[in-house]
Amino acid sequence: MLKTFLIGIKDVKLAFRDRAALIFMLLAPFLLTLGMGLVTGRFSGSGSSGISDIPVVIVNLDDGEMGQALVDIFNSEELAELVEPNLGTSPEAARRQVDEDEVAAAIIIPAGFTRSIIPQQEDFANGDSEVVKIEMYANPARPTSAGIIKSILDEFMSRIEEGSLSGQTSILQMVISGRITPEQAEAAGEEMGKHLQDAPEDDTLAITLNTSTADGEEIKFDVLAFLAPGMALMFLMYTVSYGGRSILTEKSQGTLPRLLVSPTNATQILGGKVFGIFLTGAAQMLILIGTTSLLFQLKWGDALGVIVLVLVAVFGATGWGMLITALARTPAQVGSIGSAIMLIFGILGGSFISLDQMPPLVQTISRITPNAWALDGFTTLALGGTLANLSTPITALLTMGSILFVVSVIVFGRKNLAQK
Amino acid sequence: MANILEVQNLTKNYGDFPAVKGISFSIKEGEIFSLLGPNGAGKTTTISMLSTLYAPTSGNATIAGHSVTKQPMDVRNAIGVIPQDLALYEDLSARENLTFWGQMYGLSGASLKNRVEEVLGQIGLVDKAKDRIKTYSGGMKRRVNIGVGLLHKPKLLFMDEPTVGIDPQSRRAILDTVKDLNKQGMTVLYTTHYMEEAEELSDRVGIIDHGELIAIGTQKELTKQVGETETLILHIGENEDPEALVTAFKGIKDVLEANVVDHEISVITHSAKDVLASVVMKANERGIKIHSIDIREPNLEAVFLHLTGRALRD
Ligand SMILES: Nc1ncnc2c1ncn2[C@@H]1O[C@H](COP(=O)(O)OP(=O)(O)O)[C@@H](O)[C@H]1O
Ligand SMILES: [Mg+2]
Repeated sequence: MLKTFLIGIKDVKLAFRDRAALIFMLLAPFLLTLGMGLVTGRFSGSGSSGISDIPVVIVNLDDGEMGQALVDIFNSEELAELVEPNLGTSPEAARRQVDEDEVAAAIIIPAGFTRSIIPQQEDFANGDSEVVKIEMYANPARPTSAGIIKSILDEFMSRIEEGSLSGQTSILQMVISGRITPEQAEAAGEEMGKHLQDAPEDDTLAITLNTSTADGEEIKFDVLAFLAPGMALMFLMYTVSYGGRSILTEKSQGTLPRLLVSPTNATQILGGKVFGIFLTGAAQMLILIGTTSLLFQLKWGDALGVIVLVLVAVFGATGWGMLITALARTPAQVGSIGSAIMLIFGILGGSFISLDQMPPLVQTISRITPNAWALDGFTTLALGGTLANLSTPITALLTMGSILFVVSVIVFGRKNLAQK
Repeated sequence: MANILEVQNLTKNYGDFPAVKGISFSIKEGEIFSLLGPNGAGKTTTISMLSTLYAPTSGNATIAGHSVTKQPMDVRNAIGVIPQDLALYEDLSARENLTFWGQMYGLSGASLKNRVEEVLGQIGLVDKAKDRIKTYSGGMKRRVNIGVGLLHKPKLLFMDEPTVGIDPQSRRAILDTVKDLNKQGMTVLYTTHYMEEAEELSDRVGIIDHGELIAIGTQKELTKQVGETETLILHIGENEDPEALVTAFKGIKDVLEANVVDHEISVITHSAKDVLASVVMKANERGIKIHSIDIREPNLEAVFLHLTGRALRD
């Protein structure tokens, strides 16, 4: 165990002393993120993102202010480029549009929504008013776009909760229009918050309430929150194949045979090499996340979620690194297979083009890449999700890594580590 | 003295190719034993089996009482291995390399630290210990390579051609180190294709060729096999063609064997003074200039020549 750890640490040291490796591990993803950020205008503030005109259908069955406020938000100037909302009348038709992949999501605002949030005089008397839930029917084939729509809904709900935007204006409007008295308004606001907090979690609702304070900024999706993890994940594939290559390099430079004649067994040695790849990849990801956070003010989201996601993503990627190494014969072969896989996975995994814009078949194939799963996770986090929302990508990446490890060990077993 | 190493019928085939063909020998505690043989003789393969890197095709060996096939971990703890080719991390310093390898031999803490400094002193690299070894000369790297094998003070040290391809000064230093280590009580199995090294270092020598141990014993015992002979060494100019001359020498009465290595021709005879005149005359006839002539007592080179009909270095 100790030797495994020591071998891993030694490999991290070696990787970070290799200038060529540093260029690929850190400089290249950083510069590409910067470059693509510039191209998409992230730094000039024009705000157009890689994702735009997300089609969404809204069915508003509510006859109050709140339903209308949500519709207005989707039709607002600020979201004009990001979303392409359409009004529907039938919930069934809207869901069908999602099933047929015409839209990224359907939002159904049920009748009585406003009333359940801002109870009328007679409701207070009745006492037991339930919050009616907004339904979001998401298209699983467009996880990123659906995630963005969900985040807009989240934002809306959290602002109602805090009375910062819609809630307040609505109440204000109601006060102005003479429907409630100022004294009632305060009570209504408080009631509103309570109802929303008490609302039970529901998966089909798919709305998680942000308890953080909304800072009153307009809802905007930071394109870098998509580009930076995409690039980092692509070059993570470089790192794992570099690490795999080092197994074969150690074989040809004689340090592996030397390890094998020291009182260290083969499992400890191979374990150490794998641990080294894992540590190097994790260090790479965390450095990239740190620098982009500091230099670009990029918000990666919930810290715990980011760390856990990084670890499972590196685990999945390390599995690929091991498989490549097990299949290759020479360090050079690992290098060329590794580069090819890095590019293919980068493209398939959505580092360049959002997966939502790819044909369904490609989207399905993309699920073999750790990139696609991890990118989903990072998008969720950037949009305000937490560790609790990451169960799918985490499960997928852990499963992927485990399967690849088993396969690699079987393939490795056929090759004699000692043989030059 | 007890045997620290015993080899019985050790065999290694690479596919169909027999690289080591059932060799048997033993090494006594405290000895320097050399395996002398040309390139491809099977020296490295033998060391690889004895150090538990390769499993023997058949046969066995015990080191300090442990079988190399059945108790590899005990064997590994007892031996130090200095591989023929450098096996180091070029991007780590000498101190980092030694520390890492010390850890792999189970050293830690203060004893590791002290031992690393001790070995750095022993290989004369204290001043350069902080530099990455990719900045080192070939000779310095060789010394680190040797240092790694000494960290855990092994009972038996395998040194596989440690002087190949380095300058005479480093070579001298390495040979002196081997003698020092042996004086301190370390048993050494040394392989080489340089007769002079085997002669200088060894208590006993095994001559290996084509995977077979063709002779074994002290130098005296081995040279006796050749009988009473002397060797003439002729140094000739770089531009001369020695081959024709060798053929001519073989025709001289009393010449037992004639061979060429680089620009040296060696002639084996029962009596040097009887053939000297003829040798010089043959060279003159062909207009080949002789720079110098040495006369040598029987040596291991002659033994090898006698046993195989070939020169050691080819
Ligand atoms: N891994 C291998 N596979 C096949 N043949 C080998 C291998 N290693 C060595 N040989 C062959 O075995 C013979 C002995 O090699 P080796 O033990 O390296 O000799 P030496 O160390 O005396 O120069 C040589 O003919 C060499 O070509
Ligand atoms: Mg050899």
